[in-house]
Amino acid sequence: MSQALPKTAPSFRERGLAVLRHQGALVALVVALAFGFARYGAFLTSENLLNIVRQNSMVGLVALGMTFVILTGGIDLSVGAVLAVAGVAAVYFAKFGTLAAIAAGVGVAALIGLVNGLLIAKARIQPFITTLAMMIAARGLALAATGENSIPLAPGASGLAWLGRGEIGPLPVPVVLLLLAFATGWVVLRYTRFGRHVYAVGDNMDAARLLGLKVDRVLVITYVVSGAFAGLAGVVLTSRLGAAQPVAGTGWELDAIAAVVVGGTVLTGGQGGAGLTLTGVLLLGVILNLLNLEGTVSPWWQWVIRGAFLLAVVVVQGRMQRAASNG
Amino acid sequence: MEGIVKRFAGVTALDQVDFSLDTGEVHALVGENGAGKSTLVKIITGAYFRDEGAMSVEGRPVNFATPAAAQAEGVIAVHQEIHLLSYRTVAENVFLGREPRRWGLVDWTAMFDGAAALLNDLGLDMDPRATVGTLRTAQQQMVAIARGVSLGAKVLVLDEPTSSLAEREVTLLYGLIRKLKSRGTGIIYISHRFDELYAICDRVTVLRDGKYVATRRLADVERIDLICLMLGKSREALALGATAFTAHAGEASATVPLVRAHALQSGTRLRGVSLEIREGEVVGLAGLLGSGRTETARALFGADPIDGGTIEVRGKHVEIRSPNDAIAARIAFVPEDRKAEGIIPDLSVRENLTLAALPTLTKLGIVDRKQQQAVVERFMMRFAIKASNADQKIRELSGGNQQKVLLARWLCTNPDFLIVDEPTRGIDIGARGEIQALINELARQGLGVLMISSDLEELVEGSSRVRVLRDGRDVAELSRENISQDAIIRAMASGSAVAEGAQPE
Amino acid sequence: MTGPSSAVSLGASRIPGWLAPGSASGALIALIVLVLLNSFFTPNFATTSNFWNVLLQASQVVLVAVGMTLVIATGGIDLSVGSVMAIAGSVAAVQLGLGIVPATAIALAAATLVGFVNGTLITRDRIQPIVVTLATLIAGRGLAQVISNDGQLVPINEPGFEILGRGHIGPVPTPVVIALLVAAAAAFALRAMPFGRYLLSAGGNPAAARLAGVPVRRTLITAYTLSGLLAGVAGLIEVSRLGASDAAKVGVNIELDAIAAVVVGGTALTGGRATIFGTVVGALIMQVIATSFNMLLVPYAWSLALKAGIILFAVYLQRAKRV
Repeated sequence: MSQALPKTAPSFRERGLAVLRHQGALVALVVALAFGFARYGAFLTSENLLNIVRQNSMVGLVALGMTFVILTGGIDLSVGAVLAVAGVAAVYFAKFGTLAAIAAGVGVAALIGLVNGLLIAKARIQPFITTLAMMIAARGLALAATGENSIPLAPGASGLAWLGRGEIGPLPVPVVLLLLAFATGWVVLRYTRFGRHVYAVGDNMDAARLLGLKVDRVLVITYVVSGAFAGLAGVVLTSRLGAAQPVAGTGWELDAIAAVVVGGTVLTGGQGGAGLTLTGVLLLGVILNLLNLEGTVSPWWQWVIRGAFLLAVVVVQGRMQRAASNG
Repeated sequence: MEGIVKRFAGVTALDQVDFSLDTGEVHALVGENGAGKSTLVKIITGAYFRDEGAMSVEGRPVNFATPAAAQAEGVIAVHQEIHLLSYRTVAENVFLGREPRRWGLVDWTAMFDGAAALLNDLGLDMDPRATVGTLRTAQQQMVAIARGVSLGAKVLVLDEPTSSLAEREVTLLYGLIRKLKSRGTGIIYISHRFDELYAICDRVTVLRDGKYVATRRLADVERIDLICLMLGKSREALALGATAFTAHAGEASATVPLVRAHALQSGTRLRGVSLEIREGEVVGLAGLLGSGRTETARALFGADPIDGGTIEVRGKHVEIRSPNDAIAARIAFVPEDRKAEGIIPDLSVRENLTLAALPTLTKLGIVDRKQQQAVVERFMMRFAIKASNADQKIRELSGGNQQKVLLARWLCTNPDFLIVDEPTRGIDIGARGEIQALINELARQGLGVLMISSDLEELVEGSSRVRVLRDGRDVAELSRENISQDAIIRAMASGSAVAEGAQPE
Repeated sequence: MTGPSSAVSLGASRIPGWLAPGSASGALIALIVLVLLNSFFTPNFATTSNFWNVLLQASQVVLVAVGMTLVIATGGIDLSVGSVMAIAGSVAAVQLGLGIVPATAIALAAATLVGFVNGTLITRDRIQPIVVTLATLIAGRGLAQVISNDGQLVPINEPGFEILGRGHIGPVPTPVVIALLVAAAAAFALRAMPFGRYLLSAGGNPAAARLAGVPVRRTLITAYTLSGLLAGVAGLIEVSRLGASDAAKVGVNIELDAIAAVVVGGTALTGGRATIFGTVVGALIMQVIATSFNMLLVPYAWSLALKAGIILFAVYLQRAKRV
């Protein structure tokens, strides 16, 4: 006894547009790669490509954590500062072994994320201002703990150094970490109840609450995740640099947000994902690389292009969203 | 009889209300705005907690502290604003919170299959992979109901389920409801559309002003009597003098209508309304909830876009696409919801009052304080606005005084045509009279007024003509001698034109 | 909430027009307490030279924060102010050959233009303020570098121009005079011009504002344009003070200080309320903390912690008041 409700079967054109809308960043990435291949000899070498990924692996980790937060409709401005704190913690704990160093770094960062989450979910202070304040406080913490100096890694901490500078097979460790992290993130967001609830909270927080979800718990966990990934990035960075710098990560929150947005995850929440963010990170990385290869583009013009690019992306995204809701 | 939800309550919003629902019964809950329907529903579904009284499901006493607790007992609500996740698929929405898992990970195949089976079982032809946001409202409602069913709903509350549905879709909804009924699900159906209540419901409970009025079998009560119970009037005409409207101006002083609207259409709610207002007359706009009254007002004022129809001011066609266009055409509008669309809460009485007239009070880019003060004082006195001083924040004032400030705001702009939407709603008796007297006075001074009201007394005593809307169309006009509460009720309920007197062409 | 009319009068009509009542008083008390404490416990704090010093260092933030107040009052945010400062500074430094006045004019025009672009994108394309101004932050910083002869330090050798940043009017440093004048003008505009009411209604209840005939879109664009302009002024002062335009350093992170000043001063992030006076007080509070910690040889880091705590506390209080 079926009733006459039309099936939602999209036409080919509609499906094509949907792909563009959903995977715009991927399309752009392919275009950029093709462009690079056509124009520069040195571009499509495994060395160059691997370099791109490695250079962006730490920002990538931060952007992954940021994805969780943005999916709930929030934002985490503290990740850059948290990154620095994690690096400092790692250096101090390096004497207890590599594992302890990593645990300390990620743990401290996750703790800061917990505070963020609690302030946002329980005290109901907006994410923007909460993480802004936390950014300031965490930066202060990093400066205080290091006496405003760079703290080098003890020479015996070779285990930790491997994290940032070692290799697993043909791939640098940071790249492996990046891929593993994104794979995990992707699985969590797509295949766990928690991940689905993250989307739900960002989609419509009130509805999610009314439908019985524990919204507060979801929020707190996403900020812990954001902190933890920032912490991991901080430990890797420290390992690469061989030292913990209290000013590390300055501005990284903006880079992470840009990558997430460019990838296609919407700031209002409920839409997007880990895969998109990885695409966004790589896309921005490739563009930067192309600009460098061009040689004539001064680093400053690169900034201009990055900003203009971000703007263009958001404008286009906005237009497509509006067309979709009107159509 | 199983499946009974019995309810006694004592809260100031609800005063000793009883309610019971049988298995497999569709029970209508009716009452005008503020009657307490939504409060009762929120208590039943666990969104609110009752202060007094008892509640039981299937004979067992229950206490719902959260919606989740209610859901666990099988009491599920489908609200008017559909609480679904618009970016997620049908299947995800249905299974939200109980996503099927295999080896700890979400099992998408099981989710889609399970949803498909459920939809099939309910006779719904829908793709479980469809994104809810792309579905029509009717389908979204089906999804919400399907979720409820899958949660094992014993009691389903449908709140204004058809307010955004087309007729064909309503029939689909009926089919689903009948199916659920046959399975023993009890349904609480909240609606003001009598056709539906009579089509699908078994019994009806009437609430008024937070109190329980009556429960009847729908087969035993006529529509007229039902409305009378809702509004608290008897069929016979009541004594007059209940409002502050005096025998008023009302007679058209010019032959060319001040404002004339023809076949206005906007969205799904306004399907073709024509009316005209002359200088010095108060035209009442009557109709039940959802009949399109507010939509008419908003269309006339440019607050919502017009899809069809024309507006003429003093015989000349005007394009009104924004509030500024309307203001330029000397139209003013006091909206229904003071809090959401009227007051700027953190600004003072003075600032709210002079907001629309600021351009005229500004000299050389600076607001003329003296002139502003004079205007404010004049209106505060004339309207008897009670505030400690003009700088008090408007949100601290009582509803009645806020309304007066809003009225004053518009009068500052010297309009020719004033639209007021529920001018005395939520206002205490004393202030009501004052506002009614003000409107009376304004009409006497030559303003044309369109007054939307659910208060029949207001309409009867305040208007020289009453236009009645139903389902987005104007269906009747009553003039002078023929205006009575009975006549208005009849027109609202049946939509038949009991009109005598000239109909505008 | 429509409660019964209360007898609570804020008595606001007695306070001079330009002092915003209510929300700034908490901040003012905090500032007074801080100053008093420091006068007792911090050596050399209560001296004239320190007094001017604090004001001088705060003046940059005050300028930017005034513009930020306008933007936040509409419920938005402007992250690009630091980059706009750098743009203005670079343009001026590079164009000084044309003469001080033309160079200044062009620089301010550039800054204003960026603000205008921000406002237009936000209102016309309806993109969130944080994203738009983030993009202009990035692009703007790059532009500033490009303009500065591709990332070089541009020295300024124009005595007339140096007055801006290093001069004095009487005992008062010029930047302080400018900042105070701007703040006073803004407070006046907010109070006495229709623009102020339009700004607050657009932020307080956009739906009601629109129905009341308020030109919401135009008001928003104006707010962002002014934010750009004021950032431009701050940028000019900064490069004048430094004696050079360093596009990499000018204005870095100032958006954070500005937002902090605004929030601590009592303006709500959600919009609808604004107090210029509060913003000035907020900026002073932050500066007093920074200066006193400096003088007490307390590590810079602790002042950051205190800053963060104050911001959180201020926002939390605001929330409590709302509810």
